[in-house]
Parts: sequence; C-alpha cells; structure tokens
Amino acid sequence: MVKDQEYLSQKASYCLDQAKKLGATDISVLVSNSISETVNFRNQKLDESNRSDNLAIGITTYIDKKKSSISSSNLLKENLDILIEKCIETTKNTPEDEFNSLPNKELLAKEVKDLNLFDDTNIKNEDKINYLKRLEASASSNKKIVNTESSFTQDKSNFILANSDGFCEGYKDSSFIASSVTVAKDDKSMERDYEYTNKCHLKDIKDAEELGKLAAEQTVRKLSPQKIGSEKISLIFDKRIAKGILNTFAEAISSSAISRGTSFLKDKINQKIFSDNVNIFDKPDILKGLGSRCFDSEGVKTNTLKLVDKGELKHYLIDTYNGNKLNLKSNGRCGGTSNLYFENGNISYKNLLNSNSKCLYITETIGHGSNIVTGDYSVGAAGFFVENGEFKYPINEITIAGNFKDMFQNITLANDLEFEYSTNSPTMMIEGMVVAGK
Amino acid sequence: MSSFFKKSDLTRSDAESIISDTLKKCDDGELYLEDSKSESILLDDNKIKKSSYSSDLGFGFRAISDEIVAYSHSNEISKNSLKQSSENLKSTLKSAKGIYNHSIPKSNKKYYENINPIDQKTLNEKIEILNKVNKYLRTKDNNVKQVTANFLGEQKSVEIIRSGGETLTDIRPLVRFNVSVMLEKNGRKETGVYGIGGRNSYESYLKQDNWKNVCDEALRIASVNLESKPAPAGEMKVVLGPGWPAILIHEAVGHGLEGDFNRKKTSAFHNLMGQKVASEGVTIVDDGTIDNRRGSLTIDDEGTPTEKTVLIENGVLKNFMQDRLNARLMKTRSTGSGRRENYRHIVLPRMRNTMMLNGIHTQEEMIKSVNKGIFAVSFGGGQVDITSGKFVFNCTEAYEIINGKIGSPIKGATLIGDGPSILKQVSMVGNDMMLDPGIGTCGKAGQGVPVGVAQPSILINKMTVGGTKL
Repeated sequence: MVKDQEYLSQKASYCLDQAKKLGATDISVLVSNSISETVNFRNQKLDESNRSDNLAIGITTYIDKKKSSISSSNLLKENLDILIEKCIETTKNTPEDEFNSLPNKELLAKEVKDLNLFDDTNIKNEDKINYLKRLEASASSNKKIVNTESSFTQDKSNFILANSDGFCEGYKDSSFIASSVTVAKDDKSMERDYEYTNKCHLKDIKDAEELGKLAAEQTVRKLSPQKIGSEKISLIFDKRIAKGILNTFAEAISSSAISRGTSFLKDKINQKIFSDNVNIFDKPDILKGLGSRCFDSEGVKTNTLKLVDKGELKHYLIDTYNGNKLNLKSNGRCGGTSNLYFENGNISYKNLLNSNSKCLYITETIGHGSNIVTGDYSVGAAGFFVENGEFKYPINEITIAGNFKDMFQNITLANDLEFEYSTNSPTMMIEGMVVAGK
Repeated sequence: MSSFFKKSDLTRSDAESIISDTLKKCDDGELYLEDSKSESILLDDNKIKKSSYSSDLGFGFRAISDEIVAYSHSNEISKNSLKQSSENLKSTLKSAKGIYNHSIPKSNKKYYENINPIDQKTLNEKIEILNKVNKYLRTKDNNVKQVTANFLGEQKSVEIIRSGGETLTDIRPLVRFNVSVMLEKNGRKETGVYGIGGRNSYESYLKQDNWKNVCDEALRIASVNLESKPAPAGEMKVVLGPGWPAILIHEAVGHGLEGDFNRKKTSAFHNLMGQKVASEGVTIVDDGTIDNRRGSLTIDDEGTPTEKTVLIENGVLKNFMQDRLNARLMKTRSTGSGRRENYRHIVLPRMRNTMMLNGIHTQEEMIKSVNKGIFAVSFGGGQVDITSGKFVFNCTEAYEIINGKIGSPIKGATLIGDGPSILKQVSMVGNDMMLDPGIGTCGKAGQGVPVGVAQPSILINKMTVGGTKL
C-alpha cells in the first residue's frame, strides 16, 4: 500500500515548520511515495520479478529572493533536520535572483477535481503471469518470431505538494502497463519491434492476445528491409512517431527556452507557425487521461489551453519563475504539458496514404536529432515504401532531415486521433523533407 | 566501516542471516546497499539558477535461480523492510533448487581515492568560478547571447553483502563541469557545448584556471557552427576525429557485445564469436582500470574487480562483456561489467571505458585520400537498435571534405550506419588515440551510468549522412 495522505502531509508540514524556524521566508515541499511491481517474461517463461518502493522528499527554501533546494529518500526526522539546515545554509550563500518566488496565491488550485486517475485494484503476480502467458503465446504463434520479452507493471503513487502560502494538496494515481518486445528473423535480417498498453485502470488495458499479435505483426513486416536512394519525398509519420514532433514543439514553447532566447519559436505569439488547418490543445482534465492533473508541480491550477489556433501560436507553456521574467502569468505548465494533442484533420488515413503516388511511411526514428535553438531536425529512420496507397516493402538505414519552421508549415493531419498516450497525434504527412539513403 | 547499520534497528548479523536464509537455494544474489550524496550548481542566463543537494540511501535485494531474477528495493533500511523484501523474493522463487556460487575474485587495486568531492570546495568557491565563466565568455565575444555552466558532484558508497556474509565495498567520487554557450549573429543562433570530469576532485580538473580552456572550446564550437552550411545527404566517406567521436564504437558495436543481448540471441553479434567482424588493425577494448576515468570502477556493482576486456582483437571478435548472471548462463566468467544506475535497478552488463586502440596512419593521410566526404570532430548523443544493428549519432562539429582538403563547416546532421558491417568499412586507423574529456552517460533499459570512450582518428569508407543538401 502506498503511504496515505495523512502520513505525507505530516512529513510536509514538519518540513515547512522546521524551515520556517530556521529562517526561510518561503518554502515548498513535495513528498511522494510510489510502489511499483513488475513481472517480466521471456520466451514464454518467467524471467524477472521486481518490486520497488520509493519514498522521496524535495524541499525548496527561499530567503527573500535567494533560493536553494534539497532532495532525499530518507524521511527520518534526524535526516530531515540535517538536510533542512543544510538547505537553509546553502540558500543564504546563493546569490539573489529577482525572479525567484512562490506562485501567485490567486493562481493556486482551489479545489482538486476527481479525474478518476486511481484504480484501487491490486493485480496479483499470478494474474500478471497469466496475462503474460497469453500475450507471449499469441506473439510466438507467429512462426517468424524468435524471441519475445514482455512485462506487466502495476504502479501506484501518492503525493502531497505543500507550500508556506497554505497550499497542501495531492492525490493518488495508478497505472497498469503491459508491453511486448518481439524479435523476428529471416534469412536476410533480424528485426525488433514492440507494442504496449498503459492505462490508469486495469480494465481498460488492451487484451493480452491482441497486444501479442500486434507486436508480432509489427515486427515481422519489417523483415528484409531495403535501403533507398537519397531524395525529396513526402513522409507519412505513424502516430507513435508523430507525437514526438508534438513533444518537440512543446519543448520549443516552454517559457524557459523562450526567456533564455534559445528557441526557434521565440517572439512567435500570434504568428502563423503551422499550416492553416492545424489546431493544438493541451487539456488537463480528461477523465483517466495519462497526462491529466488538477494543478502543476507548483500548485498552479491548470486550465485547457488552445496552444495553436488555425496555425497561429497562442500560448507559451509558463511557470512562475519564467513568467516573472517574461512578465506573464503562469498558466500552470511548470513541469510541461498535460494531455497534449493535435485536433483531427479532415482527411482519412486511407486518403492520406493515397495523396501521393509514392511516399515513405515512417514507423521508427532513432537518435536525438531535434535542435530547438535552430529548428534543425535530422534523425535515423525506418519504415515502409508506399506506392499508390499500398505498403510495398520495408526500408531501413535512412535519415530524414528538415527544419521545423518549414516542416510545421507543411503538415497535413488525418482524422484518426486516439488517446493512447499523454501526447497524441493523428497520422501526419509532411511534404518537402529530405531523405538520405544510398 | 560504513554507516548502513548505525541508525537502524537492523544489525549486520540480522541482515546476514536474512540474506543467507533467502539465498540458500538460489544460484546467486546479494544485498546491495548504497548511500549517495550529490550536488548540482547551475549558472544560467547571468544568474545562479540552481543550488541543490541530494542524499539517497537504500538497498536492493536480489535472488537468482537459474535464469529467473527476483529483485526488491526500498529506501527504508530496517529489519521489517528487509524481511518484506525477502518474502517477495522467496515467493517468486518458490521452486528454486540451485547451489549458491560463493566464488568471487579479489583484488586490492583501486582506481580512485576515497574522497567526497562535494566537500572539497565550498559553495562560494564554486559560485565564484561559475560567475567568472559567465563574465569571461560574455566579454570575450560580443555575439555571446547565452551562457550556461554547471558543476555536478557526487560520492557514492556501496556495500555488497553476499550469502555467508562476504562483504565488498567501494567509495566512488564523480565530478563534471560543463559549459554551454549560444551565439547570435545576423539573426542566426548556434550553440557550442564542452565539459570535463571524472572520478577525482573538482580541483584536479580546474587547476591553473583550466575552466578557461573549457570556455574557449565551447565558444570555438559555437563560432564554427555559426558559419556552417547545410550538410550533404547521402552515402559518402567519413573521417572521424580522435577522442569523443568514439561514441560511434560505443553505439555501433559496444552495446551489441553486452552479454545479455547475446545470451538472449537478440544482438546482431550473437553468432559471430571468433569471427572477423572488423578490418585488420582494429582492436577494441573495454577498460575499467584507467585511473580516475569517468567509466572506471574498482569493483563492479556485484563486487567483481574491474578489468581490461579485449572485445575485438585485430578484427576478430574475442569476448562479450559479462555480469555474473549472463556469464553463468553462457558458461564463461564475469568481466566485471555488472553495473546499475543505483539501488533501484537490477544489474546489467554495461560498458566502462570503451576504446579503439592506435593504428599506423595519420589524420592527414585520411583527409587527403577523400574526394568527397565529411570530417566529423564532435558529436552529441547516439543510439542503437542492437537487433537490426542500425545505429546513429549526431554531429555537433563537422566539415565537408572536397578533393582531399577540409572545406566549410556543415550543420549538425545525423549519421546512420550498420553496426556489424561498419567496422569492416574502416580503411585506416590513426596513430593519435585520445580519451574523451569525461562527460559520457550511457542509457540502457532506463538506467544511466557514467562511461568513457577513446579512439584515434579513423576513416570509414561508406556511411549515410543525414543532411538536407541533395
């Protein structure tokens, strides 16, 4: 059982009191506990079981405009006393920063809505094992699959965020995650792919057989890949890749990148950065949403933001410190986005595939090739060659490159959005990018 | 010696009897105790943005029966908590009937001192250096628009208690100093990053105002990038500079030679032992024994003394990197490569300092031999798919080569290649081997561990460069 609210609140208020006594003018404390239990299978046999119990505390103390923080996993009183003293000492010795402050009291969350993020069910190891048996039997029934590794994790966590302005809130959440990584082999090649499911509630996860079948199919279809020539060609990004492009966009509009001047989207508010039909939302109050939350990591209430409206950038993602610096109010995005998504486009998946006589369908990218200072993008990729709407053969060992400024203007979205992750995108086409191969 | 049993109701003899009882029918396993202290001091945007300190204490209890690993960890060091973990392990390994392997090699060699780098310099001294860095860079070049600099320091004490009470300990210091600078000229922005570090005191890296050299290097890279042109796209010859570009070796072949992937036959190398996997003249070792290096270890996280493991000798695959579990199952010995990020994670076979040794050629010869290609001097990160063998890395400083001469700098581009075949494409190995400056962190299965790399300049006959210029 994860520690209850009362235990966590007690620890938080002890730290608040202690830091106040030692001279802190403002304080914030985060206390959390998470218990995670995982069972791993390999080739239809038990491979590993893992239980982790993590307690953690983070304390930030302010003395006027000076600030410092400590963190620890040891919540015993004598350890906390030593750490708080050290934190205050460090704070005194850290130079002032005029933008340091707790969030504006008016912006703090007043109520904590129940977003149905916690499922009390406790799935026993035997049941995890049964699920994994069915999953791996299904994946292995595909003759080309030579190796399977699967896992089932149950995660339960609880936290309390408290500050010296009287804020003290927290809530439990849970996740149930099953995943399968499969390896397929033929004469010419060996390939790996995966599928997973992650839900707040146990009953919402994908069926084991279905998950195994999907992982196997996605792996087998990659066998015997070809390398293609270098050319400019339309790219279609599978949903699991398209969401990565959305995450890079979020990174580039974070108030820290904006205030430091290290983003290619600085000073672009109210400007058209995407094609006309692109709308982007960040919606924190989706019931059972993987990114759902009532307030951000400073306690500021999070409302839905339409970040991009008909291609125009409308908001940055603002926290208190960088808000102070930019002279903007926090919009509850300390710690990033919640449930971020592109609104559906108005073309079907099938029509998107058919919109060019030939294109590449990208299912995988590799490497960290996004530069948010310049907008340059260059990553390794694998996928399929598509001709007249049909998948012809797998491709591998190519790179795709462009600059986000141009890529964003050339996006076409399909109408197949689903909420599988915390960041979600429909299938996406980008025209005008360069593929390097042979 | 250590403080693990001081402030708890758990005595050493209690712990020993719980460990021996839990592991009695297991093939292997241990209690791993860890006490770490770390600090991070960051200057950014003209201000000290962060001064933070962290202390972490916990244990990880592992039991292994045949191929099955049961693991349980907690940050509460108490009798109750250890007993609960023991119950968890026993319930997973109900049918265990192994014989515990007590043998573990011993060594007295140490590759770093028992120091706590955090306490060896005061906060004010560290802040003063960061402020000097900021002022120095902003004065040196008017185009400097942003400076970020930071100190990261830690001391990690580990204690490994095996069944029967055998105990192995290590105290590991680690520091890092980084500078990142952004330039803006005619509306164009580019960054340059450089850092240094290792298992030693801050002072050993910063003496004689060495921070200035770090600043100069970051500024030089940013200035080069400010003049860069779009990178070419397609297959061409690539000359890699010495030192840090060896992350190519780390990604392309290092991961594929880790024992777990080969036992599970998911690595593209699993059936190539004893075979020629690289050109003649290519020798690659993974070495944990270099004094004070970021990837060095006195003992690994299972207690095995570190060593210098020959992976590829003159082109032929000689050894995989092994932890105890994979070594036992593959009927070989541990190479002291069992590592974990911290007590929250299970041990995996990992790299330490992965190095390609010197050959006979000069960098000049390599450049001269290339009609059209690129010269890559520095990289950001890399990544590999060990099954398909495809790997990438991102250039952060590179130039085009035209008709045997180094030309204009080119924009950051990803290079992609095929691990098992890339080393056969190496046509010249240089005589200028260099260690990296001590900044690498390797990620695997969600665990980051400090590593090092080294290589001389090398010429690769064919790689795909992911530029935008066709």
